[in-house]
Order: sequence, then C-alpha cells, then structure tokens
Amino acid sequence: MKRTGAQILCESLVKEGVEVIFGFPGGAVLSLYDTLPQYPQLRHILVRHEQGAAHAADGYARATGKVGVCMATSGPGATNLVTGIANAYLDSSSVVAITGQVARPFIGKDAFQEVDITGITLPITKYNYLVRDAASLAKVVREAFCLSRTGRPGPVLIDIPRDVQMEQAEFNYPRKVEIPGYKPTLEGHPAQIKKAARLINEAQHPVILAGRGVIISGAYAELKYLAEAAQIPVLTTLLGVSCFPEGHPLSYGMVGMHGMAYANIALHNAGLVIAIGMRFDDRVTGRIDSFAPQARIIHIDIDPAEIGKNVSVDVPIVGDVKLVLKKLNKLIISTERTEWIGQVEDWRKEHPSLEIRDSASLLPQYVISKIYEATKGEATIVTGVGQNQMWAAQHYCYDKPNTLISSGGLGTMGFGLPAAMGAKVGRPDSPVWLIDGDGSFQMTIQELATIVQDNIAVKIAILNNGFLGMVRQWQELFYQKRYVATPISCPDFVKIAEGYCLPGLRVKHRGEVVPAIKQAVEHEGPFLIDFMVEPEENVYPMVPPGATLVEAIEAPKKKVEAISDSAKLPVSNI
Amino acid sequence: MATAKHTLVALVEDKPGVLNRMASLFRRRGFNIESIAVGHSELPHLSRMTIVVNGTTAMVEQVRKQVDKLVDVVKVSDITGSDKVARELALIKVKANSATRTEIIEIADIFRANIVDVASDSVTVEVTGDEDKINSLYNLLSGFGIKEMAKTGRIAMTRGSLVRSRSRHGRGKG
Repeated sequence: MKRTGAQILCESLVKEGVEVIFGFPGGAVLSLYDTLPQYPQLRHILVRHEQGAAHAADGYARATGKVGVCMATSGPGATNLVTGIANAYLDSSSVVAITGQVARPFIGKDAFQEVDITGITLPITKYNYLVRDAASLAKVVREAFCLSRTGRPGPVLIDIPRDVQMEQAEFNYPRKVEIPGYKPTLEGHPAQIKKAARLINEAQHPVILAGRGVIISGAYAELKYLAEAAQIPVLTTLLGVSCFPEGHPLSYGMVGMHGMAYANIALHNAGLVIAIGMRFDDRVTGRIDSFAPQARIIHIDIDPAEIGKNVSVDVPIVGDVKLVLKKLNKLIISTERTEWIGQVEDWRKEHPSLEIRDSASLLPQYVISKIYEATKGEATIVTGVGQNQMWAAQHYCYDKPNTLISSGGLGTMGFGLPAAMGAKVGRPDSPVWLIDGDGSFQMTIQELATIVQDNIAVKIAILNNGFLGMVRQWQELFYQKRYVATPISCPDFVKIAEGYCLPGLRVKHRGEVVPAIKQAVEHEGPFLIDFMVEPEENVYPMVPPGATLVEAIEAPKKKVEAISDSAKLPVSNI
Repeated sequence: MATAKHTLVALVEDKPGVLNRMASLFRRRGFNIESIAVGHSELPHLSRMTIVVNGTTAMVEQVRKQVDKLVDVVKVSDITGSDKVARELALIKVKANSATRTEIIEIADIFRANIVDVASDSVTVEVTGDEDKINSLYNLLSGFGIKEMAKTGRIAMTRGSLVRSRSRHGRGKG
C-alpha cells in the first residue's frame, strides 16, 4: 500500500520508538501536522518558540538516553532551531530535528520562508539530509536515528520539502543501516588496553578524569570498579558530574574553571591522568601548556578525532567507554594507594571549596544546598548558564547517575527551562528541578506556557540577583567593576507565574527557603520560586582565564578587589 | 614545528554536497587547502578526492581524523610519505609571434608538453607532471609573457603495492 511522505515519516518515527515530538507548526509542515492525529502513539508537545523545541528534545535525550525529536517549519522555524542544534552538537546529544522545506520546484528561488537549513547546519550536525523524494524518506529516517544515537551521539537534521510530504510511495522500513563511511570503533585495541593497564598498575599518583562519555555509555559500574579496585581519585568535568556518586569517598568533584580547588590541585600534580569520555575542553584544562605537567595521559574516547586534539596523549584508546573499561578492569591489580589518597585528602582539607560563608543575606549556594536536602539528592537538576549553573554543579551532591543536565560546550543561556521540560517528559516519575538565573530564564521564559498547557511538573528555582551574574563577576574581577550592560531589570516573576497560571513564591530571607521548597515539592504540578539572592555573590573557586589550574582564586573571607587589568590577561579563550 | 605539504587521498560517496562538506570542514577547523581535485573512482557511487594541505604533521593528522569523521568519507589516507604518483595538469597560453613561436615549441617539447592551440599572437601549451615540472616550465615560458594560465589540483595515488608483487614471487602470506 502506498503512503504519503508524511505518513512514511510518522510510520518511521513509530518504528524508531519515538514517543514524543517537541514542535511548532507552520506552512511547510502542514501535511505532517495533518497526519499526526493518525498516529496517537506520537505525542506532540507544542512549544512557544522553536529554540525551546530543540532544547527540550536535547533535555529529553539526555534524561532518557533515547533520541529526542523536534520539528519546525521551513525558514524562521528552521533557523530558530539552530542554537538548540548547536547545543546538542557540542554536548554530543542525540537529537533528530525535522524541518519542513519549500516544495522542490521552489528550492533555490528564495521562495517564501525558504532557507538553506542543510547548508546552515552543516557544521553543527553530525549529518543532515535534504530529502529528494518520498521513496527515500524511510531510509533517511532509519539512518538519521542510527547516526544520532550511535558512536559519538549528535544531532541529525532531516529537511523535507512540502511536496515530498504529500508524495506517495511504498513504505518499506529498512532493517539494516549501511553507511559505508560510518563504522564507529567500539572495542578498544587490546594492545592499547594492555598498555593502559600497565601504566595504571605502575602509577604512583593517578587520577581519573571522567566526562559525559561515561554517562552516554552507561559505564557507571565499570568506572566505579576501576576507581575502587585501583584506589584512584575520581574527578569529573562539568558534563561528567553524576557519572560517579559524589558521596563516594573517592569522589573529588568537578575540575576546571569553577572546579574544586583540591580537584584541580590533584589533577595538576597527578602522575597519570586516565581521561575517560571527555575532550580536554579549555574550561577543563586551564592554561593548556601547563596542564598536568608531570602526567602521562591515557585517553579513552569513542571519537578518534578527539585524541591528540588539545593535549598529546601517551596511550590513546578509541572505543566505547563501557566496553573499554570492562576489558581494562580485568587487567587491573587491586592496589592500596594510602599515601596518594592521603595527600589528595589533605588538599581537600586545606582547600575547602564548598564552604558556604556565614551571611545574613540569602546566598544562592545556601538555596541549592536546601534544594538538595529537600529532594534527598533524588532530583534531576537542570540548569541555565552562568553563575546559577556553576553553583548548581557545585552545591548539589549528585549521588545518582545522570542527574545533572546542563549546557556545557555551547553555554547556551535559555537552555534551562525547555531542557527541564524535556527532561521531565522523559522522567515523569522523578522530580526535575530547574536552577536558573534571572537573565538566563528570561531568554526562554515563554516555555512556561508549554509546561502549564501540558502539565509538565518542573520545579523552577530562579536565583535572582538582578545581574547577568557571571559576566558581572568577570567585570568585577577583570574589568575594574565596570558593570556595563550587566544590571538587568526583571519582571515580577511571581506575577509572571500567575499570568501563566502556575503557582509562584518569592523568597527574600533565609528562613523562608526551606518552607518554600517544601511547598514546591508537595505541589503536584509545575511551581516557581523566585529567590532574591545576594546580588554580587561570586562563584569560587575560579581559575582565571589563561591561568593554570592551581592558580585558582578561592573564596575570600571578604570580597576581593579587581585582580588585574583585562589587557594584561594572557591570550586565552575567554 | 616545520610545516610541509601533505597529500591526502579520500574515497567519498558520490552524493550532492560532499565537496561542500569537505570544504566547509577545512574552513571551519581553520585548515588551509592548497588544492583539491575530485572525480569518479573505479568504484561505482564513489569518488576519489585528492587534497593538498600545508601544515605540521600533527595538524595534518588532525585534519585526516576530522575528514575521516565525515559520514560521507569511506576512507582517507595521508600518502605523503608513501611511494606515489602525483600529477597536475596546466594549460598555459603564452604570447608568441613568428620569431618566438619555434622556441616556445622547443621548450614545450623538452618538457614533453603538448601544443594544443596556436594563434597569431599566442601558443597554448598543455603540460602534465608534478608541481616542480610545471613550475619550471612556467618560469621558462614567463620570459615570453604569459597571457593566461589554468591549473588543476594535484591528483595522486600510491604506486603498485609491494605486497602483491612479493606474493607473486612466492614470498607472500604464511
């Protein structure tokens, strides 16, 4: 039986196990939307801006490990997805974006709402397709999902001209995918694994530096085994947070620009760095030429192009983290490293990085620690970008796997609310908290309407300091407190909540924090709390741009004066 | 670290947009293409691309890995160090008159180049060879005045495999 292109797309999505599509209709996807009701298994969630659809699909993908799907019309619908697609690309998130395109005879004619979205997304997708006929659509969808979720995951875009959506073709869903140029290496090379094991067994001062690859690969147990058997301190990147229980005695938290001072010191002084599923981002390494100067480096990653890109590596192992660790673990000799662990413990004691200073005012770190207590560490935390994100990464204790969802590589303000929405749709039975800043939150605030319409019970904690806080912090420290364009006026978020028909509370004093959080937890649907926090609180520790990891500014007893002129800062990626 | 010209040969799917993906990758990663040449290969649906890129060995290795990551690229190798045949083709239109024409033709002969067009005021020479040969001919002809030149990118392949010729002599596998 012949079907239309739109039906073929829906049939294919059903075959791929898709349950939800975040989307926004328009002229070039009308046929798709008209067909959707024939497939009640495909739940459509109407966002208020396409960027929200892409972030929601991303949040959903990270929370579930499945592919997140978003859909938009041609032209502005497609370009509005771009930020979300780039975000998914940099954080290796499995997203399939479906866009409508003008009818084939109009392509290239600057037709109404025509944009070359495959051209635009070329450098920010793992792959993309302009579908030329309905007969090839099933194969395209099959390939797209396979590419998106396997190997190093990433976003794939499918652009479907509106006449292809209406064209009739036979529906045959291909059982196998054959892409001659695509064969991810999953099994690590045995000789390399042996070499790595030898280095680990001989190492005096090893650390594990774990990233999001551990989460994507689901290698929690393998990582834990390695750390425990060989007694190696575990450090994580921002996106690696929650790949290893933070309450574990061998967990030394996050490294990098706002990492724990002791974690950075341990990394800097390590004799062996076992980097697992991470890519030596500049926010992680600090000044690259003095990164872990004495260390030999083992780098396990599924993407061969990441090996040797930023730092030179002694033992590269290309493969799936879980499969590689399974093999590696068999060769690990159980060791006691009392001396080294003791040393790292001493650093932890000497450089307490998580102490919340005593203050009568409402501190953002305090708010987060109370959210942690109220949710007993069971919640999935989604963040905006900026200070809120760093405090959320630092002050919530992530004991359960894959419980922090944050925009790492792209640092997309506005990621929070839609991503939290996607995460909650993916994890309906577990609490999802959005910790956001007043600036970041306002970038995608319109999605409040979506969470209300679809009753997506996201709990929202706004850390409202009246500034674009992270930029202000840089201005304070490196631009002599010239606060240019960072003071930000905010609407009354409680009234905004009321306007969108969800309950909201304002919290100004410490004493109100716990009862407010309790109320949010006990409320069934979405809930917003506007925490009026200390306006000029800084995120510490902080490794200044261009500095080595051990040159962190740690939380001062009182506020520090500007430390240097920005012109004197070494060249780095600031 | 010293930079040098590297020759990469890629087998790619013969699909619309592949050249664009390749060029986009080079631009995006900040790699400089000296030349790129594409055409059909001996395999159906696959094209062979020869890319010449200038850089340090480490940088070119990163280029190679990034190219290899492109879904449409089936295989890519850096054949710089291998025993290979590499050719470029140039068409050079040289100013000529009755007094200089013979000399130009003689120079072309020495280079085993062909005269493909003769007009009252010019001679067009077609030359095939490696970069050095073409440059030498160009330098010699520039004395007469060059009106126009067009050049292809380099195409290259490794020479016949040694393994195969060994096995023919009974020294192969085993």
